[in-house]
Amino acid sequence: MDSYDSSAMTPSERASSRPKDYAIGATPLEKRLESVRKQTTFVCTSHRKKIPECSQLEEDIDPQKVAFLLHKQWTLYSLTPLYKFSYTNLKEYSRLLSAFMIAEKQKGIAVEVGEDFNVKVVFSTLLGVKGTQRDSEAFLVQILSKSQLPSENMKEKVLWTGWFCCIFGDSLLETVTEEFTCLPLFLANGAESNTTIIGDWFQKTFDCCFCPLSINAFNLSWMAAMWTACKMDGYMATTEFLWAVPCSPQSLDISYAIHPEDAKALWDSVHKTPGEVTQEEVDLFMDCLYSHFYRHFKIHLSATRLVRVSTSVASAHTDGKIKIRCHKYLIGVLAHLTELALLQIE
Amino acid sequence: MLREDCPSQLMIHLARSLPLPSNVTRPRIDLVVFVVNLHNKYSLQNVQESLCHVDANFFLGKVCFLATGASQENQCSIHHNTILKLAHAYRSPLLFCDLTTKDFQFSVAQRLVRMLQVCAGHIPGVSSLNLLSLMKTSEIPSLEDL
Repeated sequence: MDSYDSSAMTPSERASSRPKDYAIGATPLEKRLESVRKQTTFVCTSHRKKIPECSQLEEDIDPQKVAFLLHKQWTLYSLTPLYKFSYTNLKEYSRLLSAFMIAEKQKGIAVEVGEDFNVKVVFSTLLGVKGTQRDSEAFLVQILSKSQLPSENMKEKVLWTGWFCCIFGDSLLETVTEEFTCLPLFLANGAESNTTIIGDWFQKTFDCCFCPLSINAFNLSWMAAMWTACKMDGYMATTEFLWAVPCSPQSLDISYAIHPEDAKALWDSVHKTPGEVTQEEVDLFMDCLYSHFYRHFKIHLSATRLVRVSTSVASAHTDGKIKIRCHKYLIGVLAHLTELALLQIE
Repeated sequence: MLREDCPSQLMIHLARSLPLPSNVTRPRIDLVVFVVNLHNKYSLQNVQESLCHVDANFFLGKVCFLATGASQENQCSIHHNTILKLAHAYRSPLLFCDLTTKDFQFSVAQRLVRMLQVCAGHIPGVSSLNLLSLMKTSEIPSLEDL
């Protein structure tokens, strides 16, 4: 009976029954196993979370430099640590990746007549996009195309952008050796074919693994609550939610838009402890929305699945698509996403 | 579950919520299984409301929680710790299963039928309280930190 019990439980719970007496000075592998066990024995997502406040490093970010990161839809991936990646070799990587890209395109993967093969890949670092000093520096990869027309010779159009970052990735940093660079969050904007080519090159060169990051309804409701809690000055966009109703033959979508002031007022009435967000507050916030909707439409929104959340701070879709609207909370949003990426890696 | 071999007569009553209407006579209930779909917050709310209508004597081993859908992490609306806490609060066993797969259906059915036989008193020497203490996992001390 007991043996079946453990197989019915998830493997992580089975691992917790082993004794935790590891000697001090354990190897990185043992430290890694230890952290995985710690993560899964105790509460995986914290029931208390700090509201994303501006860290002192955020002052280093030049709003102009990161402006191109805002108002764009990014597809999220989680990435395992990169082996033997060096920030000094960026030019070398640009060269290698450009060659790889051109070779791949000429292989006929992207079959289009008149395809512009004058593409080049540029690596650059993104200064200031990190949580603590220990986090690895974020870097950006862009595919630029040189225009064929002589008059526009100097202009380069950006075809595809991807960036790697790590915000407050301490739990991962502790478990890897010096040769690995931890940048668990990867965001891409542009054609899917380019993303696959770039992904393949990185996987071959640095022995890492990309995995699409999806955000489940539970995490989306946390994001909704945390972003509503953020103080916004200036223009506030409507807060919108989208639910998918599982029914056949076609699925229904329910969209619910709230005035941002009302959403903030609701959150303020629910929120008790300053500087912290608890699970109960998030649940209460969502329950208020559900009961209000039920009173008017007699539909139980809690029986459906939350698919998209959109606020003035950012908007997120369950398929792992994110759009950040406010540079003030950029680091906060990225920190939350990094946490989700780390959970997926582990 | 009805396909399982069972020496005595096995009857299953399905209900969306409790309390059951009191104007109908029904045989003695030996096991109450609460099914929670982790993709659906409404099912959890329903179960929480129904729990209030269950007599306290049932919680001595005659109640079981069944959580489905934990394998599809990206569709979960409820964190699995929430259901763990609920099961811990009511001191009842919790089974995770994926009811869409035939193999899992079969093994869960087997499990529930055995539990039912114990709860009905058909297995000599084992009572539902004994079964409850046997099924306690070592997780319980850490859950008290929550």
